[in-house]
Amino acid sequence: MTTSNEVVQQAAAQEYKYGFITDIEAESTPPGLNEDIVRWISAKKEEPEWLLEWRLRALRHFLTLLEKEQLPAWANVSYPPINFQDIIYYSAPKSRPESLEEVDPEILETYRKLGISLDEQKLLAGVAVDAVFDSVSVATTFKTELAKQGIIFGSFSDAVREHPDLVRKYLGSVVPYTDNFYASLNAAVFTDGSFCYIPKGVRCPVDLTTYFRINAAGTGQFERTLIIADDDSYVSYLEGCSAPMRDENQLHAAVVELVTEENAEIKYSTIQNWYPGDANGKGGIYNFVTKRGRCEGRNSKISWTQVETGSAITWKYPSVILKGDNSIGEFYSVALTKGHQQADTGTKMVHIGKNTRSTIISKGISAEHAENTYRGQVKVMPNADNARNITRCDSLLIGDQCGAHTTPYVEVRNNSAKLEHEAYTSRVSEDQLFYCNQRGISLEDAQALVINGFCKEVFSKLPFEFAVEATRLLEVNLEGTVG
Amino acid sequence: MLEIKNLHASVGDVEILKGVNLSVNAGEVHAIMGPNGSGKSTLANALAGHANYKVTAGSVTFDGKDLLAQPPEQRARAGLFLSFQNPIEIPGVRLDHFLRAGLNAVNKSKGLEELDVLKFDRLIAKKVKVVEMDRAFARRAVNEGFSGGERKRSEILQMAVLEPKLAILDEPDSGLDVDALRVVSEGINELRSPERSLLLITHYQRILSYVVPDFIHIIVNGRFVRSGGKELALEIEAEGYDKYTEAAGAPAGE
Repeated sequence: MTTSNEVVQQAAAQEYKYGFITDIEAESTPPGLNEDIVRWISAKKEEPEWLLEWRLRALRHFLTLLEKEQLPAWANVSYPPINFQDIIYYSAPKSRPESLEEVDPEILETYRKLGISLDEQKLLAGVAVDAVFDSVSVATTFKTELAKQGIIFGSFSDAVREHPDLVRKYLGSVVPYTDNFYASLNAAVFTDGSFCYIPKGVRCPVDLTTYFRINAAGTGQFERTLIIADDDSYVSYLEGCSAPMRDENQLHAAVVELVTEENAEIKYSTIQNWYPGDANGKGGIYNFVTKRGRCEGRNSKISWTQVETGSAITWKYPSVILKGDNSIGEFYSVALTKGHQQADTGTKMVHIGKNTRSTIISKGISAEHAENTYRGQVKVMPNADNARNITRCDSLLIGDQCGAHTTPYVEVRNNSAKLEHEAYTSRVSEDQLFYCNQRGISLEDAQALVINGFCKEVFSKLPFEFAVEATRLLEVNLEGTVG
Repeated sequence: MLEIKNLHASVGDVEILKGVNLSVNAGEVHAIMGPNGSGKSTLANALAGHANYKVTAGSVTFDGKDLLAQPPEQRARAGLFLSFQNPIEIPGVRLDHFLRAGLNAVNKSKGLEELDVLKFDRLIAKKVKVVEMDRAFARRAVNEGFSGGERKRSEILQMAVLEPKLAILDEPDSGLDVDALRVVSEGINELRSPERSLLLITHYQRILSYVVPDFIHIIVNGRFVRSGGKELALEIEAEGYDKYTEAAGAPAGE
C-alpha cells in the first residue's frame, strides 16, 4: 500500500504520522443514543424496514445491558467509564460523491497523505480500495472492473440498496446483535463499512482493501464489514486504520463477519494504527472490535493476520467457527504496545466439524509502561473428531516497566482431539544488541532487527506491500524505546 | 595500528585485566594464549566495547584514535571485528540480511556505496566459499540451530564480508573437530593481508600450526607474562601453563 519515499520520510520524522485533521464540512447527529438517533441514521441511509427493526432490537438489547451494567469486565485493561450519551454516532462529509471525480479534494488529499491512492490506476498495483471516512464510505475503486467477474465490493450502504437479499441472509449470522456489549452497540448504530461477495468459482484477482479513517472530533466509528466467499472462491482482504491526534478518547466499535462456503478461502489482513494517545496516556482510540468468521462449507479456510500497533486500548479477538468438515482456521498476530497502551487480544477457535484444524501464532511486544495480554480459547465440540490445534504465543519485553500476560483457555469435549500449546517470554538481550553493534549496526537498528526477527512468522503471512508497511510501522513505533 | 597501554578491566567488582600492554602493527598476527580464567576473553570484549567489561585504567588507541571513547558500533565501523567465542542467536533474522545491515552501516559511515540486495547477493555468494559453505547457509537465521562448527564458520564468513582492519578472534578453534578446524583456519589464512592485523586468542596450540602467528603472548592472571615468537607455542604444548600460573598465583577469573 504505502511505499513511497515521502511517506516513509514522514514516518521517520514523526511519532504518529497520521495525526492530522482534515478540514471539511461534516453532517453530524447531536451526541447521544436513543431510538430517534437510530431511526435518523436508518432514514438517512434510506434503509428498508427490516434493517431498521434489526437496529432497534439491537439498541434495546444494548440499553438493557447498559442499564444492568453488563459491560465486558474480564479483559486485562483499565479505563474510566465511557459515557455513551456523549458520543456522536454519525458524522459524514457533507458532499456525497456520485463518482470518484466528485470526491471532495480535501478527502482525496487526506488519503494521499496516508499513502493510499484512490486512483483507478491503483489496479496496476493489484489493490482495490474502499475508503471509509468517519461514518461513511467515500470512494470505492474498481467497482466496475470487479463487477465483470460478479464480485461485489463496495460500501455497506450500497450493498443494502443493491443486494438486500444477500445482506439480509448474512448480516448478524456470524456475530448476532446479542453477541456482546459492543457488538450490540454496533448493530444499533453502524453507519457504513465494506461489503464483499465473491461468487462461486471466482478467485478475486486483486487484494481488496478498506481504509478506515476517523476524522471528526467526538465521534465514534462503528463500521460493519461483511465478506462472503461462495463455493470454490478466494479473496485476500486488507484493512488499514488511522485517526487524528486528539486529547479525548474516541470509541471505535466495529464488527466484521466472514463466511466461507465449500472450498472457499478468505485471507483477512489488518494493520491497525489508530492514534494510541500521547506519552502520558492522554487521548487515543478505544478499539473494541468483534471479528469472527464462520467456515460454513467443507474444506473451507479463514485466515486472520493482524498487526496491531495503534489504539490506547485494543480489545479484539478475531475468531473462527470451524463448522464445515476439514475446515481450517488460522490466526497470526503481532501486537505492539508502548507508552501507556493496553492490548488484550487473541482469538477463539471453535471446532465443530470433523477433521478441523486451527493454528494460532501470537507475538506480543511490550515496551515502556504498556500491558499486553494474549487471550485465546480453543474449543472442541463433541462431534469434532480428529480436531487439531497448534498454539504458540510468544512475548517480548523491552525494558522493565511493561507487562506481558498469556491467558489460554482450552475446552475439549472429544477425546480424539490433539492440541499443542507453546509459550515463551523473552527480552531483547544485551548480548543480542551487542552482537549487532559489533557488526556496525546502531542500537536502534539492532533492536528493530531483533524485533522483526521475532515477528517474522507473522509478517511472512502478510501480502508483500503490507509486510513492508508493517515492518516500517514497527520501527517508527519503537523509536526511542531501546531498553 | 593498535596500541594497548596498562589496560585494567573488571567484570562486576572483580578486576580481571591488571595492566596489559600490547602493540600491534598492520599485517601482524599476534596469538594470545593462556589458561582458563586468565583474562583472554575479557581483553577481547573490553576492546570491542561490551558494557559488562568495564575498563578501569589504561588507554587503547586504534589507528591513532582513542578506542575506548567510542561506542561499540563505532569501533566496528572503524574496522575492529570480534569473532565471538559464543556467537549469539538472533531468531528469525537471516544471516545475509544481518550482514547486509552491518556492511551497509559500515559503508555508510565511510561515505561508501550501500549495497542493494542484488549486489550483496553476489558478494555473499562469493564469500561463503571462504568457509566452504553454500549460499543457502547465509539464508538461515543468525546462529539459530547452528552446530558449534557452523557458528565458528559463520563468524569467519562475517569477517570475510566486513573486511576489518583488525580482527580479534576469540577462540575460533574451541569445540571444532579436525576438519572444521582446517576449514576455519584456511578461512582465516585467506583473510591475512599486509593491511589486516589479527589478534588470535586460543587455549590450545593446535590452531597455531595452521594459522602461524608472528608473535605469541602468554597471559596469566590478567597480565602478559611472556612474549615471543611462534616457537613459544610448542613450549606450551610440551609444558602447559603450570609454571606460569604457579608463579602468578591463582587464576584471575576464579
